[in-house]
Amino acid sequence: MKIAIASGKGGTGKTTLSTNLAAFLAEREEVVLVDLDVEEPNSAIFFNRPPEHEEVIYKQIPQWDESKCTLCGICSKVCNFHAIIQLGPSIVVFPELCHSCYACSGLCPEGALPMVPKRTGRLAGFQAGNLHFVEGRLDIGEEQAVPAIAKAKKYASQKFGASITTIYDSPPGTSCPVIEAVKDADFVIMVTEPTPFGLHDLKLAVETVRKFGMPFGVVINRHGIGNEDVEAYCREEEIPVLAKIPNSRRMAELYSSGKLIYKEIPELRNTLQEVADACFAAVKGGVQ
Amino acid sequence: MKEIVVISGKGGTGKTSVTASFARLAGEEVVVADCDVDAADMHLLLNPDFGYSEDFYSGEVSFIDQSNCTRCGICANTCRFDAISFTRGAYRIDPISCEGCGYCARVCPTGTIINKPRLSGKWHISNIRTGSLMVHAKLDIGADNSGKLVAKVKNEAKELALEERKSYVLVDGPPGVGCPVVSSLSGANFVVLVTEPTLSGLHDLKRVYELVKKFHLKAGCIINKADLNPEQCAAIRKFLEEENIPHLADFPYDEDFSRAITQGTTIVEYTNGNLKQLLAESWEKIKELTN
Repeated sequence: MKIAIASGKGGTGKTTLSTNLAAFLAEREEVVLVDLDVEEPNSAIFFNRPPEHEEVIYKQIPQWDESKCTLCGICSKVCNFHAIIQLGPSIVVFPELCHSCYACSGLCPEGALPMVPKRTGRLAGFQAGNLHFVEGRLDIGEEQAVPAIAKAKKYASQKFGASITTIYDSPPGTSCPVIEAVKDADFVIMVTEPTPFGLHDLKLAVETVRKFGMPFGVVINRHGIGNEDVEAYCREEEIPVLAKIPNSRRMAELYSSGKLIYKEIPELRNTLQEVADACFAAVKGGVQ
Repeated sequence: MKEIVVISGKGGTGKTSVTASFARLAGEEVVVADCDVDAADMHLLLNPDFGYSEDFYSGEVSFIDQSNCTRCGICANTCRFDAISFTRGAYRIDPISCEGCGYCARVCPTGTIINKPRLSGKWHISNIRTGSLMVHAKLDIGADNSGKLVAKVKNEAKELALEERKSYVLVDGPPGVGCPVVSSLSGANFVVLVTEPTLSGLHDLKRVYELVKKFHLKAGCIINKADLNPEQCAAIRKFLEEENIPHLADFPYDEDFSRAITQGTTIVEYTNGNLKQLLAESWEKIKELTN
């Protein structure tokens, strides 16, 4: 089962829930945690282990073969992203604009634009007891997060298979990186906070996940600050609230030092169990 | 006219609360740009009137005209984004997965695939209650090209600032280090980094600062929730010293941040306490360093 932990707003507690839920479940069974927030991956901080496996993440871009090129100009005409242009007697590729669609390469009549890999990030993994950790990490200056997210997911699913519980720590927002992260999840947990910012961005996240149709639920973090509007919204929309995590400076302090909260605050174990039960029940029972 | 961009790397460090407070303090001297177009929240604090709105089209999306389709399947084999599948007896393009490269349309033997401009959001120019103007936007769910919408919002804000003879464009940036962040940094005169003393906060600050350095931009840093973890706070200060980044201020861990948001107002309006003073001093420092 694949559980994506997402939120529209950043800093609501996605990584806190992902790492604590994964470590908690790993006390009894094998779990895979995949950090898909490739722009700012933070989950590994909570396990403090060096990577045991590393590989480079590539995307495919065209490479100009001057010896074959007749400067016909088709490549720049077919590129919808302005990633390849003719500059005098040369063809110039802008890798950061390239979407790896292969149109220039495939439609070049001379075969003068073979696709070659270009590094965009790094994948890392380690094992801590029952917990298998995988992280995608975008290189600084690279703009497209999607290939790195896709690679981390593919690596995790090929290595560990579909039967093992897999948790995706997803990026914030509602645009293409989030879509890539959550699209094949069996269940999505949205973490929010009970403020107007939390509510506004939760609504966007709900709209996003409803496009896919998988079951989802909400975890309200920092419960007690703000107001009741998030709960009222969930009631109205019949979205299950899986858990409420109280607003607590102590939890923020534990997070700040890279500690797993449930190990220091045992009450959180019940919360994590409830969240896990709700996910499994929703996926098995096909409710919501 | 100078452009000041507020970013953080990590989400939830208080960027928007801080930026909205600066907007309040600056009043008529700034045009505000909310460039967190994925999850724009600044409008919840500054009461924009959505005075002018325009659709934002970016890139294309492909459609199959079913009446001429011979079901040859070349399009599906060509698509690198798994956007075309054979369902309910026909090839169909999933608009969310389609990146608009148009390769399918070019290889379709019957010319039955067409590309249409993709409506991917809306942007607005608003009067806000600080006596100034704000440019803001909403990206459609799942849309690509948030970087382009960020660029649009910024450029509109710049033009307005020039027309209206404002001193600054104040930009609330998105989290992360990817395309929307790169887009909001381009052309900035000063970057305000808002961080928090957590291991994640510092980790993300280092990454986003590497990006700031690539663009050779001047920056300063605010440590929010500074008293949450003295050890991490010291680690951030050390990093700022090593990198010669001016340390603009330490803000305390203060639930007034959340309370002000809940009241739909800025911190400097919500409280008369120490935090208001610190924000005012920071804004003055930022202006000094920008000019």
